[in-house]
Amino acid sequence: MPVHVDEKKWAADITLSSGANVKKCMKCGKCSGACPNYAEMDIHPHKFVSMINDCDVSALLASKSIWKCLSCFACVERCPRDVKPANIIEAVRTRVLAPQGQNRLTPEGLPKFIKDLGEDAEKIPQQLLASAFRKYSR
Amino acid sequence: MKFSYFPGCTLKTKAKELDSAARGAAEVLGVEIEELDEWQCCGAVYPLARDEIATRLSAARALIDAKRKGQDLLTLCSACHHVIKRVNDDMKTDADMRGKVNNYVQPEAPYEGETRVVHYLEMLRDNVGFGEIKKLVTNPLKDRKIGAYYGCMLLRPSSVMSFDNPENPRIIEDFISAIGAEPVIYPYRNECCGGYLALEDRGISKDMSSRVMRSAAKAGADSIITACPLCLYNLNENGTGELPVRYFTELLAEALGVKSEGGLARAC
Amino acid sequence: MFVCWCGSNIAATVDVEAVTEAVRTEPGVVVATNSQYMCSEGWQSSIRNAVAEHKLTGIVVCACSPRMHEPTFRKAAAAAGMNPYMVEIANIREQCSWIHKDKPEATEKAIILARAAVAKLNLDKPLTAGESPVTKRALVIGGGIAGIQTALDIADAGYEVDIVEKSPTIGGKMAMLDKTFPTLDCSACILTPKMVDAAAAEKISLYTYSEVESVKGFVGNFTVEIRKHARSVNSELCTGCGVCMEKCPSKKTKSEFNQGLSNRSAIYIPFAQAIPNVPVIDREACIKFQTGKCGVCEKVCTAKAVDYEQQDEIVTKQYGAIVAATGFNPIKLDNFDEFAYSQSPDVITSLEFERLCNAAGPTKGHVVRPSDHEEPKTIVFVQCVGSRSTVDCGKTYCSKICCMYTAKHAMLLREKYPGTEVYVFYIDVRTPGKSFDEFYRRAVEEYNVHYVKGMVGKVAPEDGHLRVQASDLIADKQIIIDADLVVLAPAIEPDPSARALGTMLTASMDTNDFFTEAHPKLRPVESPTAGIFLSGVCQGPKDIPDTVAQAGAAASKVIGLLSKDKLIGNPCVAECNEPLCNGCSACELVCPYGAITYEEKPVFDHGVRETRRVASVNEALCQGCGACTVTCPSGAMDLKGFTNLQIMAEVDAICR
Repeated sequence: MPVHVDEKKWAADITLSSGANVKKCMKCGKCSGACPNYAEMDIHPHKFVSMINDCDVSALLASKSIWKCLSCFACVERCPRDVKPANIIEAVRTRVLAPQGQNRLTPEGLPKFIKDLGEDAEKIPQQLLASAFRKYSR
Repeated sequence: MKFSYFPGCTLKTKAKELDSAARGAAEVLGVEIEELDEWQCCGAVYPLARDEIATRLSAARALIDAKRKGQDLLTLCSACHHVIKRVNDDMKTDADMRGKVNNYVQPEAPYEGETRVVHYLEMLRDNVGFGEIKKLVTNPLKDRKIGAYYGCMLLRPSSVMSFDNPENPRIIEDFISAIGAEPVIYPYRNECCGGYLALEDRGISKDMSSRVMRSAAKAGADSIITACPLCLYNLNENGTGELPVRYFTELLAEALGVKSEGGLARAC
Repeated sequence: MFVCWCGSNIAATVDVEAVTEAVRTEPGVVVATNSQYMCSEGWQSSIRNAVAEHKLTGIVVCACSPRMHEPTFRKAAAAAGMNPYMVEIANIREQCSWIHKDKPEATEKAIILARAAVAKLNLDKPLTAGESPVTKRALVIGGGIAGIQTALDIADAGYEVDIVEKSPTIGGKMAMLDKTFPTLDCSACILTPKMVDAAAAEKISLYTYSEVESVKGFVGNFTVEIRKHARSVNSELCTGCGVCMEKCPSKKTKSEFNQGLSNRSAIYIPFAQAIPNVPVIDREACIKFQTGKCGVCEKVCTAKAVDYEQQDEIVTKQYGAIVAATGFNPIKLDNFDEFAYSQSPDVITSLEFERLCNAAGPTKGHVVRPSDHEEPKTIVFVQCVGSRSTVDCGKTYCSKICCMYTAKHAMLLREKYPGTEVYVFYIDVRTPGKSFDEFYRRAVEEYNVHYVKGMVGKVAPEDGHLRVQASDLIADKQIIIDADLVVLAPAIEPDPSARALGTMLTASMDTNDFFTEAHPKLRPVESPTAGIFLSGVCQGPKDIPDTVAQAGAAASKVIGLLSKDKLIGNPCVAECNEPLCNGCSACELVCPYGAITYEEKPVFDHGVRETRRVASVNEALCQGCGACTVTCPSGAMDLKGFTNLQIMAEVDAICR
């Protein structure tokens, strides 16, 4: 994880990259209410919005939530203010992956998962591999 | 009726039955499908970050190819449809993105989102018509109670996908009625199956896919249909196992009496 | 030339001395001076003295917007014997000092605005306002509590007033409510006496099951066509015995009054205390009307009141003032299916809940699940469904009443069914109002209602329950509740009839179709269109106390208007220079007030006398908007007080 982060600059970068407007948030929490993977997250969708607004970026970069968000867009769909929390989470995730060597998933790491699946591994659709790589690496 | 067609990687490998049944059914329905030459993987996930250009290019190329042919672009895999439709929306609405993509791809004329992206289900509903399909069904799937599983990609975000009511869709239910079966509505049909987390975090996919399958079973479904290879994989491998899961095109082909290799032989 | 400092409002940014000096040499200027507050009584008298002393024929005041003090200066001029329309205002505050930072720049602009005003004044002509009579009768559109209260107050002052209500009875939404916050009086108990009063009042005429068809005319002189829909029952003969409803074989229509929670017959009275107590036949549901075979109600009616041949009737009446009181509806919840409203009968709206609570409702006041008529043990309330939302399906505003009625519902439930668990999911609890916050706190502290900050994300009907998924933002944890009943608080929106009515009345509306008031603070019950007044939620969300207060305020404005025998018009109206008119009708088409007609008139033009088709302005209807003057291709249309010549003179002065 990056140690020195210019929080304001990162928050601005993330906002720009996400295309989301965190100022529109009225803190209703419907995003977190809608999130199907809420239980697995340490920082919940609504807090991504407020923490970007507060330029509290380091904690987000270290959050395990960015690896738990499914990009299912339930939060985006149900947000009454069109804030797009999933886009913000994605923007944070890409900021973590941006530096060289930060990939969470590498071709070398793949056999481990495949092995866990045993003979079912051959059922894995290409779509799964492609999307996992896209979400976990640059 | 003639469409450019983007099958996508999975339909050429693990989801051949989704593709072949769709082609077989299309013939019966009088829909001509022309696979794009040299299409490339759509990328499987839509690049949410606005500063990612390269990952939008393959979708853009497919869109430009279809424009060149003057045809609507037909998609089948939910993920491909999602990615291509959203990239097309970017090309329509985001001038900055449009400029950059056109700079990379260098088409004859700048591409501005002119191609219409049509999912196979939308084609059935809007071009063929479910009423027409009903007439063409030779083997109605009577006494089958089928739960439609939409997942995320087709419906959300509805502002771009404009596929159906994102919280209470009916297109697959109408499709199920058209092929003679009974649609079963259950509350988790538009909730996530666990998606790509199946690889790294199988437990999550198990929880979510099981919830979906249990929800369908409790509502009285005897099977589930979907348009997404990843959803099918998750429901089959990470669900409760209580219901069989099929591609919607397989049932369409079956109802239309299409004989085809592979998939249809499998028992439902 | 009188230049105002407006304290530091103008003087801080504009060099008022420089302005005074600069305009002193303008053509026609005799006196030029400045002072701290031109609107003060002292300076008003100085202006009057200056008019007398210098025999002034016109004055320019460089000050705030004419919307603020033009009447003040016109009065001063008139008091000094000058025609009040010989006063020009140069707005050097709102349009200059307030929007500029740089003093030299602002000063230059102020001088230019002053010169333009002088140029216009030099072409001003004295104007005299016309008079028109006032019809001493008011029309109230909408028969809910807003309309009823307005009508009662107008009638009490001795004026005739008609209520037009589109449903078969007066009473509106308030008649559907069970209790009212924060005092918990029974809604019907406090409403029905007013309904009875309205029906009994000699000065009030009720037109129920009726709609306004057209509105013509202007303040003091409106002509309105009212369509009385055919009730298919003769109101004169009907005794209200109710036998027809009992015997009617068509009983499967959803009751509007019970929000679809029960069925009604095709011939029906919406509720027991309905006024008038005369049924109507819903022709869509009536077997006689649909198939020709039935006629049971006619047979059983001993009063011979049932009349299948009855036709709609158009009544034309004259009014001096019109009050819009068209009310509201909860929004449709088709686009909020994450709450499963259309998927489960046990997800209901708050208005449906009112009917469930009500002793006269479909369950006689027993709160039960619509699906199986079991008493719910766990009830979840969801607030702000569609309110404060910037996405397409929602409303951007706060609906204002939901926080309080939800607290009321929660409390009533806990009072009546102490064994229940009641949850309220809120974004913010908004309780401004007398005894309102105390009321809400009682729900929390005494009635143990669980208030959770966080919007519900999904309601899933499963296993006979409603699985409510939400997140508690304060505890930062997920909440899953298996509820038996979910009550949604939908945003409220103006009744759909308001839009068409707004067009008929030429009364402006905002983007949400609420009627716009003439001034949001100082003229809250008047429409900008003269003679049109606003009562109740058609102007903006409000609760019953606010509605009744506003209804009374609207009535007092109407009474003020009707008490006058004549109205002074606005002399700044359009006029047609007939020799120039080419008869093209462009002005007639563009006029939003229907003030222009065409007439065949003798015209003397360049030595030729002939009969031509020319435009003619009804000065009482014209509001002086000027649309015709800019549309007219031949320059025949002109606006008194703002003539084409004057505008050009101003432009010339500005460009000099």
